[in-house]
Amino acid sequence: MAEDVFQKAWQGFKPGKWQEEVDVRDFILKNFTPYTGDESFLEGPTEATKKLWEQVMELSKKEREAGGVLDADTKVVSTITSHGPGYLDKDLEKIVGFQTDKPFKRALMPFGGIRMAKQALEAYGYELDPEVEHIFTHWRKTHNQGVFDVYTPEMRKARRAGVITGLPDAYGRGRIIGDYRRVPLYGVDYLIEQKERDKAYIGGRIMTDDVIRDREEHTEQIRALHELKEMAASYGYDISRPAMNAREAIQWLYFAYLAAIKEQNGAAMSLGRVSTFLDIYIERDLQNGTLTEKEAQELMDHFVMKLRLVKFMRTPEYNQLFSGDPTWVTEAIGGMALDGRPLVTKNSFRILHTLDNLGPAPEPNLTVLWSTKLPENFKKYCAKMSIKTSSIQYENDDIMRDIYGDDYGIACCVSAMRIGKQMQFFGARVNIAKALLYAINGGVDEVSKEQVGPAYQPITSEYLDYDEVMEKYDRMLEWLCELYVNTLNVIHYMHDKYCYERLEMALHDREVLRTMACGIAGLSVAVDSLSAIKYAKVKPIRDENGIAVDFEIEGDFPKYGNNDDRVDQIAVELVKEIMRKISKHKTYRNAIPTQSILTITSNVVYGKKTGATPDGRKAGVPFAPGANPMHGRDTHGALASLTSVAKLPYDYALDGISNTFSITPQALGRDDETKVSNLVAMLDGYFAKDAHHLNVNVLNRETLIDAMDHPEKYPQLTIRVSGYAVNFIKLTREQQIEVINRTFHESM
Amino acid sequence: MITGRIHSEESFGAVDGPGIRYVLFLAGCPLRCLYCHNADTWKMSSGKEMTVDEVMERVRSYIPFYDASGGGITVSGGEPLLQIDFLIELFKQCKKEGIHTCIDTSGAPFSRRPNFLEKMDELLQYTDLILLDLKHIDSEKHKYLTGQNNEHILDFARYLAEKQFPIWVRHVLVPTITDFDEYLHKLADFIKTLGNVQKIEVLPYHKLGAYKWEQLGVEYKLKDIEPPAQDRVENAERILNAALQA
Repeated sequence: MAEDVFQKAWQGFKPGKWQEEVDVRDFILKNFTPYTGDESFLEGPTEATKKLWEQVMELSKKEREAGGVLDADTKVVSTITSHGPGYLDKDLEKIVGFQTDKPFKRALMPFGGIRMAKQALEAYGYELDPEVEHIFTHWRKTHNQGVFDVYTPEMRKARRAGVITGLPDAYGRGRIIGDYRRVPLYGVDYLIEQKERDKAYIGGRIMTDDVIRDREEHTEQIRALHELKEMAASYGYDISRPAMNAREAIQWLYFAYLAAIKEQNGAAMSLGRVSTFLDIYIERDLQNGTLTEKEAQELMDHFVMKLRLVKFMRTPEYNQLFSGDPTWVTEAIGGMALDGRPLVTKNSFRILHTLDNLGPAPEPNLTVLWSTKLPENFKKYCAKMSIKTSSIQYENDDIMRDIYGDDYGIACCVSAMRIGKQMQFFGARVNIAKALLYAINGGVDEVSKEQVGPAYQPITSEYLDYDEVMEKYDRMLEWLCELYVNTLNVIHYMHDKYCYERLEMALHDREVLRTMACGIAGLSVAVDSLSAIKYAKVKPIRDENGIAVDFEIEGDFPKYGNNDDRVDQIAVELVKEIMRKISKHKTYRNAIPTQSILTITSNVVYGKKTGATPDGRKAGVPFAPGANPMHGRDTHGALASLTSVAKLPYDYALDGISNTFSITPQALGRDDETKVSNLVAMLDGYFAKDAHHLNVNVLNRETLIDAMDHPEKYPQLTIRVSGYAVNFIKLTREQQIEVINRTFHESM
Repeated sequence: MITGRIHSEESFGAVDGPGIRYVLFLAGCPLRCLYCHNADTWKMSSGKEMTVDEVMERVRSYIPFYDASGGGITVSGGEPLLQIDFLIELFKQCKKEGIHTCIDTSGAPFSRRPNFLEKMDELLQYTDLILLDLKHIDSEKHKYLTGQNNEHILDFARYLAEKQFPIWVRHVLVPTITDFDEYLHKLADFIKTLGNVQKIEVLPYHKLGAYKWEQLGVEYKLKDIEPPAQDRVENAERILNAALQA
């Protein structure tokens, strides 16, 4: 490509090594303008924005009335180039592009599994084209089929029993973030050149299976980049060259992301860390006088509008696990640079300001990388928007920066990764509360009465003895962790083989760090159960087969969530021990094992599938989400609850520790200014204690109850559930009740 | 080691003093206010014994939150001054560790007996702020509302004024009992004479603690009284705050 194209595109930017090779971080650090002022510069929505958003709200209403899906493709298999251009209103949209040829029309994505695609269509009254079904059943193997060809009987049993659940074995695994910023900065042709060069260095002499795979993957990546250009061309844009201005930069970046979501229906399709990058382009245009603040905000509003309209076709079972149609278009905002400057720009404000201009919404998943050193004005603005919209989550930049540097993003909810340099194999989670019951019952499932775990000696004593339970629990966890890692190895081998993320990986470096993201659910239930066994007297009630199906507790015991070390330390030790056990096993592609304490909304399904537990929780009752204390058991106020969670060691749970927090506005302080400053201080204090993540909800329980009964009054009511936000009225009723039953910190 | 009788704690108090407060509720109260929302703390026996060290361990764990907000500890109740020996030891330790201390009191235990004043003076050395709840300016009404006259309570306010000790005055606005302009003006006139009042907080009466009366098997006499309307709250704020501008 002609040199002058780059000269023109990069005019006014400070030079650096980012011009010699792909290095977006270097570009950002050399060129961004930190902003420490307040939000007074922000502009409201333009007429075009208002009109477009009205159209979206109208379509959303229709979608809701149609039962959750407005339109779905039943015939055209989604690829980067499968569909012609789609628009809301071509003349008004500053940023264009949809997954199919129409907004709200969901794409057909069978590569993860044809059965899931078919069931999803059928659930909403659509019929899969028979030819497509035939092709993907008889001719083209899917990821799902590959996995089930290999699963052992033990894996199937564990999966069915719900001791390992939520596995990405029937749909896209997601949680991979392409560095979408590379497309505007360099243009696609340059990226293809770089990939061609990388490929030339792979496998000069020995063709082992990993070298073969590497060469094939690079070829696929290059193919995907060509398709990306083709797709953009169908909208009339030539993205082979770099972006020349802010509008192009946003459009180019969005096309790159759009290509990823046309190709993959991963559970979480996160965006990365783009707002400060884009600010550099916006700032240049503002300086040149070619863009006004009003226009800049309009670009961001239209971009965010597109991100809010990402949709996938899901089955009702999937919705029970991950309720409310989430897509996890996670955008990481703020944080600090390693050189001590805040990575907060005006565009960090603009993207949060979309919550005002377009109203609250769950997507994109706005994630503030919090540092106690962030500019005060920005902290206050975040707190203010949290109080207003309950749409923001916070993650501790001060502990993540040490590990991931200053150009990482968040995949899904809480999974940090260096952008373009690191990816993960998403591993859902194991149910450690059920595993405790297996320890007591000798591997027999308390619900199905089937022998799922190994037939170790069950506990037969009248009262549970802590040491005996711990010894058996330890052995049962040993079994579970081994089976779990092996199961994930199967899944990710097959996903790479049959459902490879060509485009997302094309926007990564050649050498990628992979993690095996294991996870646990039921932490607070398991911990409180152990505490009850240790500090009170717990008597199992056994059925005719000797299986403990309920428990009687005599006496009181300390409960997790009250800043009481007697029980909190049980939680800390359990988290560490599980990580140690996971780390013992060989992983696919030598991925580095990590752990998350995150349930998303699957805490409800997990609870449903788990019998009564020694903490007094009855059979079928939902678990607390993520690392949360059990509902209503954290009785010593918000800080006690936060402090208990903050004790969980991030070093042993590098895939993230999710905590969801709800407080009534009145409890935050008497007047608006105090509420803001108290929330800021709460976040500062929590993160100074090395906590990892916090979802902040500021609302009254009564509002939610009213919204449950009158959904039409609350079309945009947003609430953070567990690592993501949902439109409250889109939750299943069961999920709504679970959210309402959570602890709301209030004061009298 | 001296112990206190602790009713409960609230680790996130945002309405009892400046910043984020760790609020410790002590057991036992000499008053029986008709609107009490912590009726479960009346009896000394409702508390659990804890040492100063045990409490300090909890207080300490929230230091990052106090630092970030300009907060600290608030001891409420019940009536904290009933356990003045415990308070002295607790606050002495807090001040050693640089933690802001605050007492939320009705002043009911106050008297000018020398041995009480000696202790009070020692406590004030370790106290940064007192939230003084003036429940009714009229002594007869005060007695009806709380079971005691108010002379010694007003005297406590004067005592603190003599010492130039900073206080926030709090006043619960109850329709039919305290929400009369006449009384509000009288209260404002009294506040005007003090000179040590930093802030006045009007607390609108609410019924959120009524269920506790039922649990205790005591009749809740205000059950037919509704919280004051917003304009009455603003009216009270206007009248009382005028006392500060003088």
